[in-house]
Amino acid sequence: MTAVQTYNQPTANGYFGQFGGRFVPETLIPVLDELIGELERAQQDEQFLAEYHRLLTDYVGRPTKLTLAERLTEHYGRAKIYLKREDLCHTGAHKINNAVGQILLARRMGKTRIIAETGAGQHGVATATVCARFGMECVIYMGEEDMERQRLNVDRMRLLGAEVRGVSSGSKTLKDATNEAIRDWVTNVENTFYIIGSVVGPHPYPMMTRFFHRVIGDETKRQILEREGRLPDVLLACVGGGSNAIGLFYPFLDDPVRIIGVEAAGFGVDSGKTAATMTKGSPGVLHGSLSYLLQDDGGQVELAHSISAGLDYPGVGPEHSYLHDSGRVEYRAVTDDEAMTAVSLVSSMEGIIPAIETAHAFAFLETLMPQTDPDELVVINCSGRGDKDMQTISEYFRDRVDAVAPPAQTTNKA
Amino acid sequence: MNIHSEHSRTRSARLSACFRPDRSDPVMSLFLTAGFPTLEDSLDLILGFEQNGADIIELGMPFSDPLADGPTIQFASQTAIRNGVTISWILDLVREVRKHSSIPIVLMGYLNPLLRYGADRMIRDAADAGVDGFILPDLPVGEMPSIRESIREHGMDLIQLVAPNTSAERMREIDRQSSGFVYCVSVTGVTGAREGEEVSKSVDRFIDRVIENVALNPKMIGFGIKNHENAMQVSKRVDGFIVGSALVEQIRATAMADGHANHAENGQPVADSVETKSSGDWKEELFRFVRHLKFGD
Repeated sequence: MTAVQTYNQPTANGYFGQFGGRFVPETLIPVLDELIGELERAQQDEQFLAEYHRLLTDYVGRPTKLTLAERLTEHYGRAKIYLKREDLCHTGAHKINNAVGQILLARRMGKTRIIAETGAGQHGVATATVCARFGMECVIYMGEEDMERQRLNVDRMRLLGAEVRGVSSGSKTLKDATNEAIRDWVTNVENTFYIIGSVVGPHPYPMMTRFFHRVIGDETKRQILEREGRLPDVLLACVGGGSNAIGLFYPFLDDPVRIIGVEAAGFGVDSGKTAATMTKGSPGVLHGSLSYLLQDDGGQVELAHSISAGLDYPGVGPEHSYLHDSGRVEYRAVTDDEAMTAVSLVSSMEGIIPAIETAHAFAFLETLMPQTDPDELVVINCSGRGDKDMQTISEYFRDRVDAVAPPAQTTNKA
Repeated sequence: MNIHSEHSRTRSARLSACFRPDRSDPVMSLFLTAGFPTLEDSLDLILGFEQNGADIIELGMPFSDPLADGPTIQFASQTAIRNGVTISWILDLVREVRKHSSIPIVLMGYLNPLLRYGADRMIRDAADAGVDGFILPDLPVGEMPSIRESIREHGMDLIQLVAPNTSAERMREIDRQSSGFVYCVSVTGVTGAREGEEVSKSVDRFIDRVIENVALNPKMIGFGIKNHENAMQVSKRVDGFIVGSALVEQIRATAMADGHANHAENGQPVADSVETKSSGDWKEELFRFVRHLKFGD
């Protein structure tokens, strides 16, 4: 494709429209300035880029496949559905793309200690993995409630040599783990690099994380052109903070492609127990940037709810807020139940157990597919695999035998 | 810019008077979280602090996610939010204080509650209530410059912070953008008491750099100061000192020991427990702590 790139967010100061910025204590400003400079140099440095891409190939296992979901396509009987298989990445989700990139930067900057926050544990595992690979000290902050929900990932991180610090303040989930990681960072700025797991945080983090995930969209574009000789009609990805979505969307923003981000509605967008930031939130400042935020009338941050620990976050990346307000990307929400039904459907029809986060994107097919035609192409970012969620999935379906009976059994052509 | 008198940048007359050039003793600024331990205590505490030596009151506006604060102020903030503290309530408190006192009052807090209230409305209402300035730790120089302009247009000051790792060039820029005073954060890290030695060791070099680069504003030093000796030592070469976490911890400890607000740690609204068995003596004990901070007696 030779489309001229006209999308050029963020500004030099880190703003995507009105969103973004650097709303952090003064102590972090020199660190962010240093990081902006280093990132800029690294992006021009062929040796750095070669090392990053070599690790993506040899260690992460890229390029990931673009798989035609034949039975799902048949099930809906409309557009062709392709899956971008980030679930096949080493450690089981897209998060490792960014962890590899950021640890290479940390090493360039002479930092010896890595910290990270984690919700579902996927970013924590990815960070612990690259720390093991590069022999760096690693501390992961994780809410105590999430540690309970994601025991297996806690054990994985510890096995990889990371110290997992439970966070008992506030809601004991991702939001509070992020606060605690920032407190550690402010205290240990000299030797510590904070690997943020999503396209959130102060500038340059949203831009940097996008840079390390855009490989998802770049590969997708190449693969779909090879496969179908044309661009897809619709892109679909789940959005918590929004890193897998930005990774897929970014290279397509100037193309005539319908783009949809799917948030977690939890019990429903109006239930008071939701993580649908874009639908129910309003602009505010959390964790260093201005973006849509779930908050009360007094500006206190509200607790998010989603059955998926990875989407259980009251904020969203500033670039998503911009893409929402500009109308370039549509944001929709699906409930816990809809996502869990999709977990079951995709598992039984495609032999792929998606992460519950990822299943939110699949769940939106119920709404989307009737609007499509058979000659159209839909690409879903299959951002992670669901092995880590087996405990939650088992518990959910234990008393819902009906929901387990998958539509797959009604198809007789298998 | 008019800089013929020493601190003519300061917009608030009350803050300006505080830093009059002929003053010889260090200025003492005290931080307390509004509405902690209970809503009813804040007015008493502010007036009592003034009577016992406070020169400036920094009134903390609680936020659910205080990412620059250590456990002490996190706890006070959570309690205050549970007690029902809002911006409107804080502004009413300031109006109440103004009936009795002209001590400079600086509102300190994170940006989000202020944005939610509406930045313009907040600044207008604060000026009207008798607020002298703002400290917004997550609004560094360079972000949302209109807030600073609006605060100054309303005759108040936006106090900016410098940290030990702030470059000389940026210190000078912060000095230009700040008014009222410059808040010198003596150590990198979150708020909270530290070992005295840790503070005093590195702080001398930091103060050298502050003195060299911050020339337009008074300089107040804070973070980690917990007693009179600390305070006198670190404020020798600047205009004064700020005590926050150590004071909030003292508020918590004395109130609890007295049976006042004793349910705060179980997540109960503290206001419910006020009547239990408090003798009220805890405030006297607290004011003795404040006197000692300032005068060492």
